[in-house]
Amino acid sequence: MLVSIGWLKDYVDIDVSDKEFCDRMIMSGSNIETAEEIGTGMTGVVIGRIDAIEKHPDADKLVVCKINVGAEEPLQIVTGADNIHVGDYVPVATHNSHIPGPLHGQPKVEGGVKITKGKLRGVMSEGMLCGPQELGVEDKVAPMISKDGIWLLPGNLDDKLGQPLDEVLGLKDTVVDFEITPNRPDCLSMLGMAREASAVFGHELKYPATECEKADEKAEDIIKVDVESDLCKRYTARVIKNVKIEQSPWWLQKRLMAAGMRPINNIVDLTNFVMLEYGQPLHAFDIRHLSGKHIIVKTAENGTKFVTLDGTERELDDTMLTINDENGPVALAGVMGGLNSEIVDDTDTVVLEAASFVGSNIRKTSKKLNLRTEASGRYEKGIDPNLCHEAADRFCRLVQDLGAGTVLEGAVDVYKNPETAPTVTARVSRINKVLGTDIPREQMVKYLESLEMKVEGEGDEMIVTPPSVRQDLLEEVDYVEEVARMYGYDNLPMSLPDVGSSAIEDPAWDLRQFARDLLSGMGCDEIQTYSFSSDKDLDQAGVPKDTIERDFVKITNPMGEDTSALRTMLLPAMLQTMALNYNRGNDFFRGYEIGTVFANNIDKDAKLPVETKNLSLGSYGEGEDFYTLKGIIETLLDRFGIRDIKFRAESEYGTFHPGRCARIIAKTAEGQPYEIGIMGEVHPDIAKGYGIDGRAYAAELFFDTIIANANREVEYQKPPKYPASTRDLAVIVDEDLEVGTVKDAISEVESDILRDVQLFDVYRGLPIPPGKKSIAFTLTYRADDRTLTVDEIDAVQAEVTAMVKDRFDAILRD
Amino acid sequence: MQDNRLSEVIADAKESLKKVSSDQDAEELRVKILGKKGQITQLLKGMGKMAPEERKEFGKAANQAKNEFAALLAEKKEEIEAAAKQKKLEAEKIDVTEPGKLVRYGVQHPITQTINEIVDIFRSMGYSVYESPEVDTTFYTFDGLNAPEDHPARDKTDTFYISDDVVLRPHTSACEVRAEEELELPYKIVSPGRCFRCDTPDATHSATFHQIEMMVVGEDITMADLKGSLDLMAKKMFGPETKTKFRPHHFPFTEPSAEMDVSCFKCGGKGCNVCKGSGWIEILGCGMTHPRVHRNGGIDTEKYTGFAVGMGVERIAMLKYGIDDIRLLYENDVRFIDQFK
Repeated sequence: MLVSIGWLKDYVDIDVSDKEFCDRMIMSGSNIETAEEIGTGMTGVVIGRIDAIEKHPDADKLVVCKINVGAEEPLQIVTGADNIHVGDYVPVATHNSHIPGPLHGQPKVEGGVKITKGKLRGVMSEGMLCGPQELGVEDKVAPMISKDGIWLLPGNLDDKLGQPLDEVLGLKDTVVDFEITPNRPDCLSMLGMAREASAVFGHELKYPATECEKADEKAEDIIKVDVESDLCKRYTARVIKNVKIEQSPWWLQKRLMAAGMRPINNIVDLTNFVMLEYGQPLHAFDIRHLSGKHIIVKTAENGTKFVTLDGTERELDDTMLTINDENGPVALAGVMGGLNSEIVDDTDTVVLEAASFVGSNIRKTSKKLNLRTEASGRYEKGIDPNLCHEAADRFCRLVQDLGAGTVLEGAVDVYKNPETAPTVTARVSRINKVLGTDIPREQMVKYLESLEMKVEGEGDEMIVTPPSVRQDLLEEVDYVEEVARMYGYDNLPMSLPDVGSSAIEDPAWDLRQFARDLLSGMGCDEIQTYSFSSDKDLDQAGVPKDTIERDFVKITNPMGEDTSALRTMLLPAMLQTMALNYNRGNDFFRGYEIGTVFANNIDKDAKLPVETKNLSLGSYGEGEDFYTLKGIIETLLDRFGIRDIKFRAESEYGTFHPGRCARIIAKTAEGQPYEIGIMGEVHPDIAKGYGIDGRAYAAELFFDTIIANANREVEYQKPPKYPASTRDLAVIVDEDLEVGTVKDAISEVESDILRDVQLFDVYRGLPIPPGKKSIAFTLTYRADDRTLTVDEIDAVQAEVTAMVKDRFDAILRD
Repeated sequence: MQDNRLSEVIADAKESLKKVSSDQDAEELRVKILGKKGQITQLLKGMGKMAPEERKEFGKAANQAKNEFAALLAEKKEEIEAAAKQKKLEAEKIDVTEPGKLVRYGVQHPITQTINEIVDIFRSMGYSVYESPEVDTTFYTFDGLNAPEDHPARDKTDTFYISDDVVLRPHTSACEVRAEEELELPYKIVSPGRCFRCDTPDATHSATFHQIEMMVVGEDITMADLKGSLDLMAKKMFGPETKTKFRPHHFPFTEPSAEMDVSCFKCGGKGCNVCKGSGWIEILGCGMTHPRVHRNGGIDTEKYTGFAVGMGVERIAMLKYGIDDIRLLYENDVRFIDQFK
């Protein structure tokens, strides 16, 4: 909402600086986006009158003008504009003057442009005639008749010739852009903002004049209105005869321009002006095009074709409210008028509509037709129907003041269910309880009355009736805010809540952070990727077609096919992240992500999908290999107390190298196996698909499964008293035999003294025959109550050796 | 005669000692002078021919000389050892400017770090972490929060829908009514998490982003408590000199509502490019929880009051680190991430 402070002063005195005005408005609830000074940056620009226009001797597109600037001799100025006539009043940039610019057809220059005299195609030009843009006016608000041409100033300025333009026109002003929150549509008007300013600065609100002179002819004799739909809350019509369409006077144009609207002609400008003043949209019809002089408000018939003012033919349906004459629609209610009843230059009699419609319906229509207008935007946000009559009256008064027509007596006003603002009881004690204050009743009453509210009742109870435009004040709590903002949030005290918290935290939060800290310690960087995914992501990552990860939770209104579902796993994004880093020349990557993945709920009655957290890992670069990644995973699981983990070779999962991939399986305390995830070297074809030429490694773990099985309780044991002894066992076995299988078999040998088995070497090559490998373990023996004898150890070692030889067809190495 | 001989031997030995420069030299000299066949031993052997009186005196002198020299020799040996040790240390000198061996330590994502910083501040103030789903019903995201029927956030151009009444939550405020239903009163919670909006990605928009919600419900919770809590948070987060400013605003789920600005943490409030010259930076939205929102969660609004706060994580991270493009946060170039040590 653009508010010219100059204009606002029509309704309320403002006797503070612009800065203080802005600061205090902000702190009372009217937030400000920008505050801009306008009408600045010009010197030596004066009012001139065109006394003669002659053709340029050597240029078809130029003319030579004689400009009266109040001096004895007129100025000779050459211009290329074609919208000028003898007798027009125009801005003249004289020799050595300065204008804000930009010059016509040129880019804006910081600091403006200096104008000097000079020859144009051989003819002396003693300055320049300026267009609105050259004087800092935005193109979109340049008056229609001056658009792309010289600024043609309205009215008779003969006694101002040669005087500074900015002073005569009062161009200097400050325009404040208020951010109006959706609860305050009443502030989308000059009067609404003036009401706020009046309360903030303690000055009286001055309402504009609305009375007209008496007339003999009555509106109701000319026009008939029938409202056939409840979507129209009120319809007020007034009639103006003998309309004379012309340019609006400067004071009117200036205000519209400051508010961001382009002056067009007096009648259109007045509808806009009153809309800005009251927030009530108005629409003017040419009565010649209202068949039967009968207005009928009703919903359209399905399939009705209608051409709106913008020249577009639109197909309507039966949810859309229309304004009709006896032949059919003449306007799309609250959105846009029809081309068929537009005001034109020879319009003589105007029917003025001030109506109120159900906002949600206007919103739907506007959305369906993809047609948003100033009026529809205002109706959507909600307009007090009580404004219709007053706004129509104000329009008529201004028509009368401008001499733009003859206003007929009275209005045709259809208002079946008058609305009033609700009266609410607000307790002084409750307001103070919520705010933590001790504001006396009298002070609260003063605040509310300054906002034009009526306060009754006594003691703790304030029975408040707001002005009907304040549709946001529905219950007690709304008055808490009114008092708070008038009291000033800055004046509220500060304290800390004197309560504890009964909420019991889910340990998952800390466990996720524990994992992050562990992974940091193991040199992994954390990544965060988007939550969206699609089949395409999984295809690229080589995820098999028949997996549960293909059963996506789908978004009904995605931004694109590739982001049409919620991710079911993190692996694809990890691969994409590695690809990005690889392709940008980052030669090392070791990263992880902990993120939410989504699955359709198997419980069909459940509304929400299942959300769980997964952990992905990825790495490439010097020193990275399968076993480095495995070591990271093992350490992580170990620190979460997940023991008894098996890495089971997996050759069928498309993402990974068939010979370098493992499922990670653990067992519950009850011995029930469960899957923790999958890891491996990325399949070279898949890696290549991402543009990665080297080896890359990745894993995806079910993080919530890890948390569910985590056991971080420490069972402390004293360090052993008696020494341990170690024996090595080296055997030659088939290449295909997994060391894990042998290790497990050794660990399972029943013995009180065999405490640990660790693989320390795997060797291939001479003298080991091809197809075989040498594997070597260290076995640790220890007893809690004595030092072991050689014989005791030898006995178990012999048992182990025999078992390994026997079960795995192993050859003992010396 | 023997006396002179002893003096000579000692003098010679001392002279020789000066030339000793190794353990081996020292041992040889010891053998030569003090050994079984050494010079002093030889002299002592010649004592038999002396008169008893003379023999006594000579023996005393010889033993004294022997001890004296042994001490000198020991001293010399120590010197040699010390020198050798010194030499060895000198030989072991390294170039301390050579690079250290790489020990990798990972960096946590700036979004995580920002969330943790804020969450930890609130936990230190007695708040509990309370997480709620990223996909939630329209009741928890809109209706329960008093959002009007035609609130623009409900549009399919604003919020992602899974079905007519299930959405990707557009704000963490969706935790509020859930908390009201689930938690025992009173409570103070901090609820961080991911949110989603139909925003086409550009430098300042992302369809995926993070928020942190704070909520307090209890008896006699006031707007003064809201101000005090957030002022303390701002001081803990941006430094003890930080000032806060509360501007009236509007949110459907709080009344009164406010936006909080903090004095610019870059220029301290003088005005710079970060605060766009104003000296203030808008940080969050907050307010006293609307009684309708409390009622939707079954809370007695006469007895209990409370406040709620919502802040954007990316916005704070971007302001704090001067990041000018939100997409950098989700791109995960390690050259970007690794800077947030």
